[in-house]
Amino acid sequence: MKHQLSLQVGPVAFRVGSEWRQPIDALRSLYRDYPEPKGVANFTVRLEAERPWRRWLRPSVAIRGDYILPDAAPLALEHGLLAAEMGMNLQMALGQKRYLLLHAATVERDGRAVIMTGASGAGKSTLAALLGEHGWRLMGDEFALLDPEDGRLHPFPRAVSLKNHAIYVMEEIAGEERLGPWLRDTPKGTIRHLRPRADAVARMGESARPAMILFPSFGRELERAVRPVGEAEVFVRLTQASTNYVTLGERGFAALSSLVKGVPARAIDYPDTETALALVEELWSGLPS
Amino acid sequence: MKDARLLVAVLRDPSRASALNGAEWTDLIGVARAESLIGSLAHRVQGLRLAPGVEAILEDARRDAEQARRQALWEAEMARRALAPLDVPVVLLKGTAYVAAGLQAGVGRSIGDLDILVPRASLDAVQEALLAAGWEWVKEDAYDDLYYRRWMHELPPLIHRERDRMVDVHHTILPLTARPTPDAEAMIAESESLPNGLRVLAPADMVIHAVAHLFADGDLAGGLRNLWDIDRMLRDLAEREGFWRALGSLAERHQLRRQVARALRLAARLYGTPVDARLAGKPDATDRLFERRLLARNGWGQGTRGATRFAFYVRSHWLRMPPLMLMRHLWTKARR
Repeated sequence: MKHQLSLQVGPVAFRVGSEWRQPIDALRSLYRDYPEPKGVANFTVRLEAERPWRRWLRPSVAIRGDYILPDAAPLALEHGLLAAEMGMNLQMALGQKRYLLLHAATVERDGRAVIMTGASGAGKSTLAALLGEHGWRLMGDEFALLDPEDGRLHPFPRAVSLKNHAIYVMEEIAGEERLGPWLRDTPKGTIRHLRPRADAVARMGESARPAMILFPSFGRELERAVRPVGEAEVFVRLTQASTNYVTLGERGFAALSSLVKGVPARAIDYPDTETALALVEELWSGLPS
Repeated sequence: MKDARLLVAVLRDPSRASALNGAEWTDLIGVARAESLIGSLAHRVQGLRLAPGVEAILEDARRDAEQARRQALWEAEMARRALAPLDVPVVLLKGTAYVAAGLQAGVGRSIGDLDILVPRASLDAVQEALLAAGWEWVKEDAYDDLYYRRWMHELPPLIHRERDRMVDVHHTILPLTARPTPDAEAMIAESESLPNGLRVLAPADMVIHAVAHLFADGDLAGGLRNLWDIDRMLRDLAEREGFWRALGSLAERHQLRRQVARALRLAARLYGTPVDARLAGKPDATDRLFERRLLARNGWGQGTRGATRFAFYVRSHWLRMPPLMLMRHLWTKARR
């Protein structure tokens, strides 16, 4: 394709091609600190005109690639960066067969990882980004990659997708220069991407042992609370959070069963970021090491 | 990479895979995924020295194909249980048949829906039994439904409400509107039983069925995979005593002699398949057009050669319907 970029994120190499220059330029700038893979790409993403004339006339970016969702809605060209991000997510969701893929954020300390999952909008991305600025290594805000061979988690530290109010919170903490361009009026609201800290990128080849599973809920009206979650519920919620649990068959079942049996899980409610950070530290220090 | 020739070359001669670098593999994998041949490719080059990172991707593809095989056989078993009380012959078709019969064509193959062939006379009973066992109609549109029932060679697709898998119930080989009229009842009568009671087509019929779908129906989308199926089948089945003679006479009986000849020529041309020269006949000037269409995909996995594709799309409708009916059909589809 006319414009292209190769990108290594954790164990996955992407090749992104586009009919327009803008999305590739935006992607290159956002991922400027990431290594460029030299060899084969695991997945190809294509950003192409939905119909041939839509390349020039009211440009409309269709998200395609090795794996395609037939009814995926195209995006406007000014949201091309979001299209590229969604394209990479789509390839992972539909094509990832090596790792059990959990729709979850992960952070690491001392070789051990916290998995945070929950409904969209529960605040897992923001919490992971916050922890990433407060003594934790950000492993990823979107997908946790669980290796069925050894039960370890692999990082997938893409730029963190911040929505609406979270943008202002992180701007204050991380600084303007770590944020990508404003993407306004997207189908997901207003979005800005946060470039992870240098250690998250430098150590994206290092896996970690899962040590805790959290189901965070953020809400200004919520009281600070911690609740245990039973194994059966954790299992079912994680199958729902996985895009390839069924495809992996028996391997997926075995990987998820041993994760759930070996790792404690808690649901946490918090009304603000200070409480969230304190809660995670408190639960972490209570873990057997 | 401007067309799919490299994929064909590596499938034909896997030793070529060792010379490819990472970027060439990215292209090759893109084409193979788009043509649903990634699993076949992965099995073909297994054990060879490949560029760094490639083996891991192909290992995933092999595992994925194994899972597809297991699921397809399970779905066939579910249909067998649902239909057993009817005591009618149930013939597996396409991918599920290849893996159930243990054929080379099934190795690494992607398998989507379950395709079965049943006698036309038992169609209502089969439909009732499937609906009672948890399958449901996919399409709600009345025109589509009527269209399927009056003119197609299969029932409208059914999907299982718990397992989310589709079954296509065929009662003949080609749409009733198509000009060749293969004798489906004869194919069912000649079919061979598997140990579990399900059936697969006899060797020559299995090839003819694949040919019918490649050249007498559809616009050649996924054609490289279908032709690869034919190549693998011919290599497996040609060993059987009297295979080529049976293929010749059955092609005649099912009114698909020309299509079978073309499939043999194109398989030999692209995949180097050993074929019976008399049956394949002389090269036809239009063989090149078919080859052009089959290879119309670039290293990004995009379909190319829009004009050729469109010509084959028009051809697919032309094959299927007489002109007046085609106009009515397109008019109805366009108006909604």
